[in-house]
Amino acid sequence: MAIKIRRLSDIPREEYIVSGHALCPGCGITPMIRLMLKAIEGPKVVVNATGCLEVCTTLYPHTSWKIPWVHNAFENAAATAAGIEAAVKVLSRKRGWKKYKVIAIGGDGGTYDIGLQALSGALERWHNFMYICYDNEAYMNTGIQRSGGTPMGAATTTSPAGRVIPGKPQPKKDLVAIAAAHRIPYVATINIAYPTDMWNKFAKASDILENEEGPVFMLYLTPCPTGWRMDSSMTIEAARLAVQTRMFPLYEIDHGKLRITVRVAKPKPLEEYLKIQGRFKHLLLPENKELLESLKKWVEDNWRRLERLSQLESLY
Amino acid sequence: MSCEKQVRTGLTGDEAVAYAAFHADVDVIAAYPITPQTVMVERLSEFVHNGELDAEFVPVESEHSALSASVGASLAGARVFTATASQGLALMYEILYIASALRTPIVMGLANRAFSAPINIHCSHDDAYAARDAGWIQFFAETVQEAYDLVIAGFKIAEDKNVLFPLIVNLDAFILSHSIEPLYIYEGKEVVREFLPPREPVNPIDPDNPMTYGPLALQNYYMEIKKQQYEAFKSINPHIKKVLEEYSEFSGRRYDFIKKYHVDDADIIFVILGSAAGTVREAVNRLRKEGVKVGVLSLTLYRPFPANEVREVLRNANTVIVMDRSCSIGSPGAQLYLDVATTLYSLPDRPRLVNIIYGLGGRDMFPDDIKKVLEVIKDPKVTEYWLGVRG
Repeated sequence: MAIKIRRLSDIPREEYIVSGHALCPGCGITPMIRLMLKAIEGPKVVVNATGCLEVCTTLYPHTSWKIPWVHNAFENAAATAAGIEAAVKVLSRKRGWKKYKVIAIGGDGGTYDIGLQALSGALERWHNFMYICYDNEAYMNTGIQRSGGTPMGAATTTSPAGRVIPGKPQPKKDLVAIAAAHRIPYVATINIAYPTDMWNKFAKASDILENEEGPVFMLYLTPCPTGWRMDSSMTIEAARLAVQTRMFPLYEIDHGKLRITVRVAKPKPLEEYLKIQGRFKHLLLPENKELLESLKKWVEDNWRRLERLSQLESLY
Repeated sequence: MSCEKQVRTGLTGDEAVAYAAFHADVDVIAAYPITPQTVMVERLSEFVHNGELDAEFVPVESEHSALSASVGASLAGARVFTATASQGLALMYEILYIASALRTPIVMGLANRAFSAPINIHCSHDDAYAARDAGWIQFFAETVQEAYDLVIAGFKIAEDKNVLFPLIVNLDAFILSHSIEPLYIYEGKEVVREFLPPREPVNPIDPDNPMTYGPLALQNYYMEIKKQQYEAFKSINPHIKKVLEEYSEFSGRRYDFIKKYHVDDADIIFVILGSAAGTVREAVNRLRKEGVKVGVLSLTLYRPFPANEVREVLRNANTVIVMDRSCSIGSPGAQLYLDVATTLYSLPDRPRLVNIIYGLGGRDMFPDDIKKVLEVIKDPKVTEYWLGVRG
């Protein structure tokens, strides 16, 4: 059984990803990776899609990884992980080799967009692996271009806050619902401001992987000071506000049962989340009131939808 | 003393390749259906689903994922087979280079089919040529027997610790993939194990010995790493030769880089890849009866290009006719022609070179067409000719 924690001091001290990497100050990716590698028990391999995490942690001849780590290409982390998982299965059977867990990690560009087909294929084929999308809501590695994960209204370098079109017109894609549509054992959203919630979800994932029940999918909201245009000290604050404003609800779909794991009874005004980020500042201008209202409506509709779904015995 | 545990049977090229992967006792198969390769994956999935072959069949959702999963499985230490054709190879293109640079000894069956457009399911060598710079070893089968044998020998070559490169076995769409030919196959994978024991991978994924595979290397290291890969690939021919000799001994069928036919005294030598070599040999038989001194050089090994062997055969010819089943649009010659021209350039007394484009999209070529070529090249100005094309 995986380790359950009640407080941060319960977290094991051994590190599997080490400092010296080139990620930006305040980057939200590594705090999650650190916790995840401790929470997923036993021997494991990480398959990393092309992106910030990949380029910043493995600049040859250095590596930050103390576990086996594989980078193949941008859109194929799930397919590469699927191949490794198939090999682990057959080689343990045929040759008695030791088994290990397989974890694929990709950004929102590599998951919502270019890697969606490979992800869907791997989930549908029921490989025993966990896929984590670190969602910083744009192609940050190439310089903040919009992706399917970019929220409505956000300014990116390909959805600029222009005079006619103020930011991204379309809402964020519901990637969690897409993953859940494969009816896999476990799907969850995670957030660094809620580390015990995140840890306990990883602990569930660890047990599912250990029992070889099937695939797990996690969506991690990753504050990006560079791309969100905020101070690097604001990472945890932004992550917390995303939950407290209901912009990024924390929930899980455990064998079909949806539970909101962090209840937000009295949400803070969305403006509190938006005003600390340069990518949203135009939404607070009077001329963009309608767009702000659309975004607020999307947030509330999404929350109500999750509440309704949480009443159901099972989504599957 | 060759292996006696072989049976004479009849199989299509696709079936023979599937049997070869089966008899090589592969661990992981990741492939996606595409005409005319589909029968390979159908047969392999039958072997797995019927419990005859203990392997993981990964029925991926695209060729891109087929090769991506193959790379992952190969890094994990598995013996991996994949197969594709034409558009499928084109979709894999990005990962071809990665598979080679990561030194994953994947074996691929490639049923050579023309690239679209117009869409066509029949034979051209576009797909094989598209992979020519990617760092994959490439064999061309001329017969169903060769397709079977080269897959089995191919695993031993690719996995050799002095080699460690992925390998393609080319077989012409329909002409080989779907034609039943008589051949010898081994009685089962236990027999082949004597020649090809289970893979012993070099530095596989191992949590007890963690390594970083596929890191980022920029201006200060990329060029050194590429040079190492380039030199490594250049150095493998003696090892390929050694395994082919070993396999010739095991099978009782002789395999080498090239096949020569009446080349020793020939004034004119045709150079060709794939199944049409037999057609040219038949034409040579007829022409020889008429007193024309012609010969054929066909290549079993296409990559690494066996330049020394090719130069030795062609150095005394007056005219070399390079037959390409593809065209390189905008290039001074088609793909095989360029290799042959480069190979011969260092000779002080170079033969005349002519490039023939033939058989695209599965168009048949007959022995009389070869006679036609000899008529056409009587005009010394002819350097390129599209055989059998109207208008």
